[in-house]
Amino acid sequence: MNKSLASHGQIIWALFVTRTKEFYRDRGALLWSMLLPICIVAAIAIAFSGKGQELFRVGVYQSGSAVISEKLLEQPFVETVNYDNFEKALVRVRHHQLDLLLATDQPGKYWINETSVKGIAAEKLLLAHLDPISKGGADTEWSRQLVSGQQIRYVDWVIPGVLGMNVMFGALFGIGFVIVRYRKNGVLKRLQVTPVTPLEFLTAQVLSRLLVMMITAAVVYIGCDLFLNFVMLGNYLLLALVAVLGIFAMITLALIIASRTASEELANGLLNFAAFPMLLLSEVWFSLDNAPAWLQAVSQCFPLTHMVQAARDIMMSGAGFVEVSHHLLVMTLMSGVFLAVAAYLFRWNER
Amino acid sequence: MNPILEVRHLKKQFAEITAVDDISFQIQPGTCFGLLGPNGAGKTTTIEMIEGLTEPTGGEILYQGKPRDQRFKMEAGIQFQSTSVMDKLAVIEILKLFYSLYSKRTDLDALIQTCGLESLLPQRATKLSGGQKQRLMFALALINDPQIVFLDEPTTGLDPQSRRNLWDMIERIKAQGKTVLLTTHYMDEAEILCDTLVIVDQGKIIAQGTPKELLKQHFDHFYVSLDRADFESHLPHWPEAVNESHDVIEIQSQSVEVTLQQLQQHQVNLRSLRVRNPTLEDLFLKLTGHSLRE
Repeated sequence: MNKSLASHGQIIWALFVTRTKEFYRDRGALLWSMLLPICIVAAIAIAFSGKGQELFRVGVYQSGSAVISEKLLEQPFVETVNYDNFEKALVRVRHHQLDLLLATDQPGKYWINETSVKGIAAEKLLLAHLDPISKGGADTEWSRQLVSGQQIRYVDWVIPGVLGMNVMFGALFGIGFVIVRYRKNGVLKRLQVTPVTPLEFLTAQVLSRLLVMMITAAVVYIGCDLFLNFVMLGNYLLLALVAVLGIFAMITLALIIASRTASEELANGLLNFAAFPMLLLSEVWFSLDNAPAWLQAVSQCFPLTHMVQAARDIMMSGAGFVEVSHHLLVMTLMSGVFLAVAAYLFRWNER
Repeated sequence: MNPILEVRHLKKQFAEITAVDDISFQIQPGTCFGLLGPNGAGKTTTIEMIEGLTEPTGGEILYQGKPRDQRFKMEAGIQFQSTSVMDKLAVIEILKLFYSLYSKRTDLDALIQTCGLESLLPQRATKLSGGQKQRLMFALALINDPQIVFLDEPTTGLDPQSRRNLWDMIERIKAQGKTVLLTTHYMDEAEILCDTLVIVDQGKIIAQGTPKELLKQHFDHFYVSLDRADFESHLPHWPEAVNESHDVIEIQSQSVEVTLQQLQQHQVNLRSLRVRNPTLEDLFLKLTGHSLRE
């Protein structure tokens, strides 16, 4: 007796409504999932509202084997950041994240943002250090290149990260714990003897969690915007698409973790094992521009990295669909692989 | 009539333990079939293999003459020994959820009435008492208007009133022509409810038949019991077989009249006299040498 499409839909809908109701009725969890990220963002806003970093950050675009031996870069109050992508480095200057930029293939040129006080200061330092060199060297004169752009505060930069982090915890733990608890207290066993298939069950859980996380993320976004008025230059629909794909990827990752165990302790350990590398390496709190290449490569394996990078590009540079499409593609591929593995591993009961 | 369910040489091996060891039986449609045995006899393993929860190590399970398929899931109603349902949902919401999982289903209002759930509908399932929860689980097992109903220890842990209540409900579904497969370690429950039963111990069937047949087959006597204090002096020379326990003596009597006459002749004080029929408990004791609830 094969089920019709309508009856698949009916079963998924019934399970979806049930799960969503259960979550909605858990008022504590509901409130907490929205309050926590707003608190974190508020704390960051307060912590970084004073004077900025005392260090100057100078970017160096490395092209080929050419090197820049510039005295400015040797100063203890200057932090050097190397880039292999000139456009990327320029965006940093635009956002006041870099005070000054040099390029090995364009000697004599430097880029600053005129609206950045630190940029002007760094320029003065550069020109001050120029004299002793140029007197004896063959260097050309420095020519100033202007970059314009709105200042990006750390809090603007960190907002996509904090939103992403909140969504990651909500997706991983929200779905992981529920399925493990269902398995532990026999709900899954009860469903196993009904005509419900694992795919129907998992689809309903994923959709319910996706809805809940999208609403949570929207509330947190609006909540943060109310008192921070952060930068958002891009398209809201595209941002929502990034959120949907990112959440979906992380939910499916949690499905793998929750596919067999009935132990909440084990699930907790495994979920943390998935969450913490992402928390540290997915550019939630700090950029990996300065990190070794292998670490950056590792970070590309995490769905959160792609979600945060895409969201940041959209919010801070107004990136369009094409510019973030590789992130969208990676997140979609990850979801597909995770879902296939989870469906393969899934067992109703522990044995 | 063809059996609705047939089990052939069913076997389940867990690591070192053989939980079910070559069990075979047939269940006729419309009857109540009982798996009676002590805890750990392999009853739950057997019923869960039939339900499709546990993979048998060997043997065959046939539903209406064929291996079980998706239709079996549609036509079977299942109640577990202990399981819970979603937290934070009301009884009515749980009923409606399971109702929507089936394409063929019973009349929900009638079911609510049959199971006495009317007053409990708005309550959270987690707040129900043991008996109320068992009634809800019973209702869930019947929600798809099943052909065959599996009840695993349905009355374990319930108070006497809730037990009677559940027995009534089982009688009612039997009256509707449904087949019932029930496991229990209560011999009274098996005697009252089951048309046919198998007694299992240590994974093996040790007796099979209707309760009456089984008792008739194994016993040709009644039990006449007296307090030990009243009878002690007659014990050494009593002509009939006698079971002794700490403070009660049971005479295995071929004829109650004869035994009573003898007791009167010996001027035994009859104030503690009781007469009873052998039960399945006695049968189990006789067959295995240990009692059901040990």
